[in-house]
Amino acid sequence: MNNIELIFPEIFISLSIMFLLILGVFKKDSSKIIHNISLLILLITAVITFNETLSINPTTLFNESIIIDYLSSFMKIITLLAAFVVLLISSNYLRTFKIFKIEYPILILSSVLGMMIMISSNDLIVFYMGLELQSLALYVLATFNRDQLKSSEAGLKYFVLSALSSGLLLYGCSLIYGFTGSTNFNFISTQFNTYEYAITFGIVFILVGLAFKISAVPFHMWAPDVYEGSPTSVTLFFTMVPKIAALTVFIRFLYVPFLNLIDQWQMILVFLSIASMLFGAIAAIGQKNLKRLIAYSSISHIGYALAGLATGSNEGIQSSVIYMTIYIIMNLGFFSCLLMMKRNNIYYEQIDDLSGLSKNHPLLSISLLIILFSLAGIPPLAGFFAKFYIFKSVIEQSMYFLAIVGLLSTVVAAFYYLRIIKIMYFDEEKDSYDKDHNLWLKLSLTVSTILILMYFIFPSELIDVVSKINII
Amino acid sequence: MNLPILSSLILLPSIGALFLFFTKSKSENKITVKYVALFTSLVNFFLSIYLWFLFDQTTSAFQFVEDRIWIKGLINYKVGVDGISILFIILTTFITPLCIISVNNSVTKRLNEFLIAILVMETFMIGVFCSLDLVVFYLFFEAGLIPMFLIIGIWGGARRVYSAFKFFLFTLLGSVLMLVAIISIYWITGTTDVVQLYELGIDTKYQNLLWLAFFSSFAVKTPMWPVHTWLPDAHVEAPTAGSVLLAAILLKMAGYGFIRFSLGLFPFASEVFTPLIYTLSVIAIIFTSLIALMQEDMKKLIAYSSVAHMGFVTLGIFTIQQQGIEGSIIQMISHGLVSAALFLCVGVVYDRMHSRLIATYGGIVTIIPKYAILFMVFTLAALGLPGTSGFVGEFLILMAAFKDNFLVAVLASLGVIIGAAYMLWLYKRVIFGKLINSELKKMIDLNKSEAFTLTCLAIPTLYFGFYPEPLINTIEVSIRDLIDTYNFSVASKQ
Repeated sequence: MNNIELIFPEIFISLSIMFLLILGVFKKDSSKIIHNISLLILLITAVITFNETLSINPTTLFNESIIIDYLSSFMKIITLLAAFVVLLISSNYLRTFKIFKIEYPILILSSVLGMMIMISSNDLIVFYMGLELQSLALYVLATFNRDQLKSSEAGLKYFVLSALSSGLLLYGCSLIYGFTGSTNFNFISTQFNTYEYAITFGIVFILVGLAFKISAVPFHMWAPDVYEGSPTSVTLFFTMVPKIAALTVFIRFLYVPFLNLIDQWQMILVFLSIASMLFGAIAAIGQKNLKRLIAYSSISHIGYALAGLATGSNEGIQSSVIYMTIYIIMNLGFFSCLLMMKRNNIYYEQIDDLSGLSKNHPLLSISLLIILFSLAGIPPLAGFFAKFYIFKSVIEQSMYFLAIVGLLSTVVAAFYYLRIIKIMYFDEEKDSYDKDHNLWLKLSLTVSTILILMYFIFPSELIDVVSKINII
Repeated sequence: MNLPILSSLILLPSIGALFLFFTKSKSENKITVKYVALFTSLVNFFLSIYLWFLFDQTTSAFQFVEDRIWIKGLINYKVGVDGISILFIILTTFITPLCIISVNNSVTKRLNEFLIAILVMETFMIGVFCSLDLVVFYLFFEAGLIPMFLIIGIWGGARRVYSAFKFFLFTLLGSVLMLVAIISIYWITGTTDVVQLYELGIDTKYQNLLWLAFFSSFAVKTPMWPVHTWLPDAHVEAPTAGSVLLAAILLKMAGYGFIRFSLGLFPFASEVFTPLIYTLSVIAIIFTSLIALMQEDMKKLIAYSSVAHMGFVTLGIFTIQQQGIEGSIIQMISHGLVSAALFLCVGVVYDRMHSRLIATYGGIVTIIPKYAILFMVFTLAALGLPGTSGFVGEFLILMAAFKDNFLVAVLASLGVIIGAAYMLWLYKRVIFGKLINSELKKMIDLNKSEAFTLTCLAIPTLYFGFYPEPLINTIEVSIRDLIDTYNFSVASKQ
């Protein structure tokens, strides 16, 4: 067992989960302390990951079933930090709904553990194990506000559809195993010289399963309902963290064993990407609920990230990773605003509730304005650069159709972001919301807004970090 | 002195805006807020005059160039001016303070934010005219949408939401194709640096498509017929200062883009598509002039006349002759001054009577004589009377057009006549005639700030009408060089 220290982050987080469970059982009223310890654990794990694994050469462990390289370490750090912020800003929300319980941070930690395993998986079985661990935790998280009908409905829907997609995924895995004799990515890539159709079938099934997890069209149906029904802080978690993990698996799965079959899967990815971009943009227009709207917007954003993956080049992968990173920052800002829309212990989440926000809350609305323009991809905000990198790598591969459709759908998408801005700035004001927000909530909004606004001054830094990702 | 003068021009208004952002907008410090904005924009104006003073008119090379690494290995932040762009920068810095002075009466709510929007807008507009890198250009070009959207949407009239959306989505739709083209240019040539691209040239087989992609963006922004429909809406609903910015500067971005990018980067394609531009320009000149004739809303009339004037500009640019392009630039500068003034004139009577309908007015010459005089100056300038800057531009354009294509020139001249008709008719109906509406008797003549802004605009209009030498001297060498390069590359490729 060489190099066991490379999976210290995972070991640390699993031991902590067990410790917290026991602490929760034996200590009364421990939800606050467990919440804080979980925050600490996430931060420590991020630091360990950063110190131990970020700068090493790609190394495989456990008969090559786990791989630790720059991509996995980078994605793990993003996952951990995103989960950290989610946990940080959700405490007030949970208290309001009286669901500030010990299970919440523990479930988040276990799903993060599952994602970390997914991210470093180099083997179909390990990948599936991680996927199921994170999904199980997420089902419970979706229903966390169990007294509300919508939340239970969300959890059930998520469970049923996710189980279905897991089934498809397993079937794909079994096909691939059957025709190559291995579940290991590296081994598979050396195995098939003959182009078996069954392998293509396997790839398709696995792609379908993964598309479910990242809610790409046409496998997106669960997303709006689940996003709307789940507690807002959980929705925030849903829109960001599982997608990072699933996207990493996407990259690893397509580019390690099956790069030679790019002719087979490229069209699928292009289709998923175009369909997601267009559908997400068009369907969001009619929405009245902000959480539903952000669900469709996240579908559309995942379409752009997939466009980068469809290119089959390192630049494409890097641009997708940049896209997701910037998307996460924008999403954090957006949800921080959403979590601030609170009056007399009621959270408001309809678009009309934003009406005239700019008069009572000038700072909140200017932040939201910046975030929305950035989501729409208007320069000079960060969202524009995210799209710019994607289309740069797409056009490099001469995929003009994809680029043009993608850019046209940004125009459609701009419409519904503008509509929110219109309601905030042009419409008549309503009662003002509470102003005494959690310090962390304010901080997360301020930091994300400033990052989005100021990104154009230092655009090279993020590229430098991401450009070390080399899969091919 | 090593002052990065262009970057200072770009950044200064934003710094002013940042300062305003941290000032509490209360009624008592309204005046302070306005003076801060005015001070910032005036400093910028004098800085740009200083720039003109330092500018070397004998060379067509880019001057005051700043080149910094921005996105490593991909894009450099590169700015610089030549004879073509410097006048637009001065126009921008000249119009902005006048806008700020004019907000006195028209903007009553959220003055602070309005001034921030205007200053941020100035940053973006100067950036457009300075940038020597396609991506930087695109960035500034698109970013201008945000403040303008807010200016129309928050401070606009009754149908402001519709107009703001239309403005935003039309322009965005036009521009996304340009982004595709810019990225394609990057992959074809390996750079987005305009100066390098001028030297390298772009392979002829790509030029047509790239030209069309750029055209889609500039045509919407110009605006050319048939995608001009956002302009009347945006103009009518925008507050006076917004209309002024829109007409005086935003429309010029596209004309500038045609000269700098369409002609400069794609000479071969420009040659191919000249008939298209001619057709659209002539349609724009005649068709929109006829529409303008029938308008009942003063702002709408001027908006349509803008479309017609921009038709002359595009016509002049694509004659690809010295006079034609010089005429176009002078026409753009003149239109910047005159349309700004006309919108301010409409704003003056609107602030008093709260009506933009022509029918409301009539016979006010005796009540507000100062206004009548200044309005007349701009009316005559708009129809291109000799002695005003409008004449110089139109005359040069028509001269070049006659050399190139007789029919087009005749049709365009027809547009001049219709132009005279609608402007004079407008003036007659508003100023002369019988005083029927008794409410008009309460109107007060121009106050000091209004008289000041209008006079500020009238002086260069007349001055450059009689003596356009300073303008022509500035642009001459750059244009000659542009045309030489153009002819050379077209000839070598045929």
